[in-house]
Formats: sequence, C-alpha cells, structure tokens
Amino acid sequence: MLTRTERRRGIGWGLLSLTGIALFVGVAIVALLSWDAGNAQSRLFTLYTWQILRFTLLQAVLSTLLSVVFALPVALALARRPSFPGRLWIIRLMALPMGLPVLIGALGLIGIWGRQGAMNSLLLKLGLEQPVSIYGLSGILLAHVFFNLPLAARLLLAALERLPAEYWLLSSSLGMKPFSVFRFIEWPAARRVIPGIAGLIFMLCATSFTLVLVLGGGPAATTLEVAIYQSLRFDFDPPRAIALSLLQIGMTALILIAISLFLVPDDSGITAGRATRRFDGRTVPAHLWDTLAILLATAFLVLPLASIVAAGVQANLWNLVTSPAFLRAAWTSFAIALSAGLLAVLTSLAIIAGRGAVADMKRPGGTARAFSLSLAGMSSLVLLVPPVVLGTGWFLMLRPFGDVARFASALVAIINMLMALPFVMRVLAPAVETHRKRTARLSASLGLSGFSRVWRIDLPVLAKPLLTALSFAMALSLGDLGAVALFGSSELTTLPWLVYSRLSSYRTNDADGLALILGVICLGLTMIGTAGQREIKRG
Amino acid sequence: MADGIVLEKVELKLGTKEFRFDCRLSAGAVTAVTGPSGSGKSTFLNLVAGFETPDRGRILIASEDVTEKHPSERPVSLVFQDNNLFAHLDIATNIGLGINPSLKLSDPDRKAISQALERVDLSGFETRMPGTLSGGERQRAAFARALVRRKPVLLMDEPFAALDPGLRFSMANLLIDLHRETGNTVLIVTHDPDEVGRLADHAIFIDHGQILLQAPVEEFLSQRDIPALAEFLSG
Repeated sequence: MLTRTERRRGIGWGLLSLTGIALFVGVAIVALLSWDAGNAQSRLFTLYTWQILRFTLLQAVLSTLLSVVFALPVALALARRPSFPGRLWIIRLMALPMGLPVLIGALGLIGIWGRQGAMNSLLLKLGLEQPVSIYGLSGILLAHVFFNLPLAARLLLAALERLPAEYWLLSSSLGMKPFSVFRFIEWPAARRVIPGIAGLIFMLCATSFTLVLVLGGGPAATTLEVAIYQSLRFDFDPPRAIALSLLQIGMTALILIAISLFLVPDDSGITAGRATRRFDGRTVPAHLWDTLAILLATAFLVLPLASIVAAGVQANLWNLVTSPAFLRAAWTSFAIALSAGLLAVLTSLAIIAGRGAVADMKRPGGTARAFSLSLAGMSSLVLLVPPVVLGTGWFLMLRPFGDVARFASALVAIINMLMALPFVMRVLAPAVETHRKRTARLSASLGLSGFSRVWRIDLPVLAKPLLTALSFAMALSLGDLGAVALFGSSELTTLPWLVYSRLSSYRTNDADGLALILGVICLGLTMIGTAGQREIKRG
Repeated sequence: MADGIVLEKVELKLGTKEFRFDCRLSAGAVTAVTGPSGSGKSTFLNLVAGFETPDRGRILIASEDVTEKHPSERPVSLVFQDNNLFAHLDIATNIGLGINPSLKLSDPDRKAISQALERVDLSGFETRMPGTLSGGERQRAAFARALVRRKPVLLMDEPFAALDPGLRFSMANLLIDLHRETGNTVLIVTHDPDEVGRLADHAIFIDHGQILLQAPVEEFLSQRDIPALAEFLSG
C-alpha cells in the first residue's frame, strides 16, 4: 500500500536507527572486550564474582517468589470483590510504584521500615526483639516486593478478569465451593500467566540497580550491576568491571531466552468492576479474608508513599526549590529527559517505519525479514546490555580522550533513551499499526502522502500516543539513577543524583524534600501517559 | 400448574431500568421468552436462575419459594449462548462438574457422563478440549451437562444464536427430543420468531421490563395488535 518512495524512506529510517543503536551498543561492548581482556578473563570466576552472581540470583528468586505468592491472594480478592469500596483507586494505586523513581520508593520504604521507621517502632513496642532490617537481603526483598507485588497483582487480576462472565454464572449455578472455584477456574487462569509474570519480575530484580545500591552494599548484599558500578567508581578496577559485565550479559541473555518461552502477560482489560459479577465468596470468612488481603496490600503500598509525603513537607520546600543546586540539577535533568524522550520517540518511529516497509512488501526476502526482526530486537537490546554495562564500555572508550564528564550528559541521555525504547515501542507500535490499518487504503486511494499525510492524517490521530510515549520516556529518564551513577559529579548532577548524594551525606531532610518534588513530577508525567493510553483504548 | 415457575409481583430496579414481572409458566412445557434487545429478557432469566434477586415479590419453582436462594440451590440448569464450557478443562470434566462441583465422581457418574455424551452424539469426546470442538458440538456438550444434572428446569439464553441456520434447526430438534425424554420445564430466550414456532409451547413477549403478552404459541404468533410484537414477528 506504500508508494515506492515511502517504502524506500521507511527502510532508510529503519536502517539509520538500526545502525545508530548497533554502533552505540557495539562500541561499548568492543571497548569492554578490548580493554585488557586477558586480564579480565582471569577475573571471571573468582570467589568474589561467584559470590556476587549467587547473591544476584538468590535475591531475584526470593523477590520473585515473594512478590507472586503475596500478589495471588490480593488479585483473587480484588477479582472476587468487583464492588469493594475504593477498588478502582486501589488498582490505580498498584500502578503507582511503576511510575515512581526507584530511589524515591527506597526513601519511602526506609521511612517506614528503617531503624527509626514507623513499622519497627511498632514492632519494638509489640515486644519483638529484632525488628525488620531495611538494609541487606531483607531490605532488598522488601523493596522488590514493594515494587513488584502490585505489578504481579495487576497482571493476575487482568488475567482473572479476562475470564468469560459465564464462568462465574456457571460456577455458582453448579454450586462450586471456594476451593473448587480456585481449583477449576481461578488457578488455571493464574497458572497460565504466572510463568510470564515471574519471568518479568525475575528479570527486573536480577538487573535491579538503585535499590541494591541504596539498601544493599558490601559483598554480602551486592548484585552484578552494583558490583560493576563499585568496581569502576570506587575501586577503579576495570578488569573486574569487565568480567562482571560479561557475566551480567550472559545472565540476562539466559533469562531473556527463558522468558521468551512464556506467555507475555499484559494488564489491559482491568475493568472498573462493572462488567464482572461474582456470586461466590458470600460467606463471612470469605469476606474477612478478602478484606484483609486487600487492606494489607494497600497499607503496604500506601505507607511508604505517605511517608515520602510526610517527610517531604517537613523540609523547607521553598528554600530547596529556589536553591541554585536544585535549579541546576532540575535544568540538567529536564534537558537530559527531554532529549532522551524525543530521541526515544523518533527512534521508535524510525523502527516502526522500517518494520512497516518490510511488512508492506508482497514477498519479503530473507534479508528483509532479518532486517525487520533485528529492528524488533534492537528496541529491547538494553534489556540484554544494561545501562551500567553500556556506561562502563563508554567510560573506558572515552577515557583516553580526556575528562569523561564532558561527554557525560550526552551519554546519559542516549542510555536513558535506550532504556525507554522498549516502553515507547509498546505504546507507539500498536497505535501506529491500528492507525495504518484504518487509513492505509483510503490514503493510498486519495493519493495522500508525504507531509500532507503526516500533517492531516497521522498527527491528529497519533498526537496522543506520541505524547504518552514522550511523557513515559521523560518520567523514566527523570527518575533514573542507573545511567547517571557512573558519571555523576559536581559537573553533572541530575535530580536523582542530587537526592542520592544528599542521602549519602546524611542531609536526609533535603533528600526527603527533593524526593517529594521528584516523585510528584515523575508521577505527574506517568499519569499524563496513562491517561493518554486510556484514550487510545477507548478510541 | 402448581409445580411450574411462578414470578409473583416481582419488582426489580437495575440502574435506571425498572422491571415488573408477574406470571406463571407451566411445568413440563417449553416457554419462549422474546422481546426487543434491552427489553429485559436476560433479566427475566437471571431472576429465575438467581443471579438477580427481586426488590419485591416472590419467585417459586415447583411450588418452592426460591426468592432468597443462591443460584446453586435452585433446581435449574443453564445453557448460555457462548462460554458454556471451561475452556481449559476437557469435556468429561466440564460435564462432571455438573454432577459434583468438587469433581468427586463415582463410577456410575462417569458412566452417566459417557451416556449423556452418547445421547448428544458426542461419543468418545470425553478427553477433547472445548477449543477443538465446533460451536455446535460445544453447545451439545452443554446439553449433555444439563442432562446429567437432572434438574427439573432448563434455562437457555439464546443458545443457538451463535450457530448458522442449518445447525440451529438440528439443534432445535435435539432439544425437543431431550425435552420429551426428560419432561423438564424449559425457558428459552430467543429473538428468532421461527425458533419460537419450532420449539415453544408457550411464549411471552417482554418490552420495557414488562410482560406485554403471554400466550400459547399459535395465538402468540398470530397476534398483531401489539405494535412492538408485530414488529418482532415480522423480523
């Protein structure tokens, strides 16, 4: 349906983005491999790296297990109570941690579960000798569950709500008891999505950086990503960083392959609760159980968020906002986020154009198909080669050319762009595809093409998804500490870096205030994003 | 008459819609429930099945007051237009759940399942998954479940609407045969006037949440005085 020029242009854009990403990632990897590689090899399997790898996997397995196990009763309860008071808000609340910068979440968790936190004071009063420690393994697990339980609960709930309404009518008409409903309906639905959910969470936890940086530390509680960072930033031991980076790439590759075997879960389809009607769980114990599950989960999520707000407003926000340090960091963050966001959106569009051109061919040859596939893979390459590894490679590459800090902001922006790319693709690709399907024939028959087509046909429809994607990408970049951690300095200070450095220098009051501001900005951007997404679905 | 289905001055409000039903449906007969879409046909069925509880009035099935009873305690079997079978369970399990909702099945139960499958022409389908069956076969499996349940009332919500016309015809015949064998009371929601004539002994016409007409089927089909019904009958 495309004209020959359009197809050629699409291929061109695709090639451009493919080359760009491949070069950026390739240079980093080549730099890693060529930097005294012989030395690194001997460092690959030392007791230290083995210990780090073991902890990385152990905490990821435990985090995944806990998140899914605790999410299941919450999802079951929410599914069984379509008219639970405030249900819609509870479901929205469960989307919050995903939009919240990880560092901010960590601060909130420290506020509740920290040594002086509300929860531990309570536990002490109850006579418990050893309160929960927010640092070390228990803290990392707690934080991972905080971020991933709501994700798992939402995905499970969506799977349960996708079941036909007739199932609930039938089960109640047949007289199934709660256990039978679980055995014959709920569990089979959950079982189908749990491998995918677990894989996703395992991946997130295995590559978790910020939480482990803040709550972990020390060889006993360090993941690969944090160890890479420490090798470069504190010990300046490039061979060790390289060895760990290679280990990291190998590990993520294996996880990605494993995940690709599972069904990809998605949470589109959670309803406000009007569509489904349930007739089971009418007994008092069932009511109590569901209420308990929902309230506990809600409290677990709300308390740290409330703590961020409570601690934040105690800081002198006005002084903080008008301080030169904040203004400079805010400007840097905004510039990086905007460049990363725009770049991510443009790259996505280029990738989509390239894939669209191949899809439009009548009989795409092997080369064309391979091109299309590598474009798809390219968009999620950052999952395989995490930000810290990319940063390490470029750090080593650029060191001979003078102070790395000079290039730092551009590098951070590009790395943030790559991090946002999978999300941006997920928003834009379906939107563009639907739009093309609807308009391709008509545009072709009217001879609309080029600028007039973009301006009159594409932009009015795609403006919303584009804005959604941009705000998602910007929120991600604004809240990110992973890419900036390697390069952060007095010359390059972003908002998260500012929060982190205030935190490390025990100026927690400032950190709390900054965290509140940053959290509000990021959540605001994410909300713009999700609001736009809802519009797309309705349209 | 006494052991049929009775809706006694039943009133129900759902959102802004109000429903008022007051009728007696004879036992052992097939009654078609018709009306324009959104008129309240499905609500009528839901009241009998127990998925809706009336704000006022009583519902009796076989002289027993079931107004406050849970759907599982009512002597009814259900067949919907679609999704009658749990897609992840095989046919025998789906039917077995109709006998015992915890699937504690005895040998005679298992035999009953096979016999029911045989009766609806699905012999040997025990271990097949619903997804591998055609639409007509899935509905026949749903009939088989209704058979093993041995409930005096069978409620059907447009059971043949998703099937093509030829299949609808043979399914209707199967339904009539099964009805003759079991002598159960059948309520079937349909928007197909031909189906009313083919299947039903009686028919009721619902519009705006009220029963406008209840009559033996010949009288029902020749009725031309009610504009909404006339429009429905002319297709």
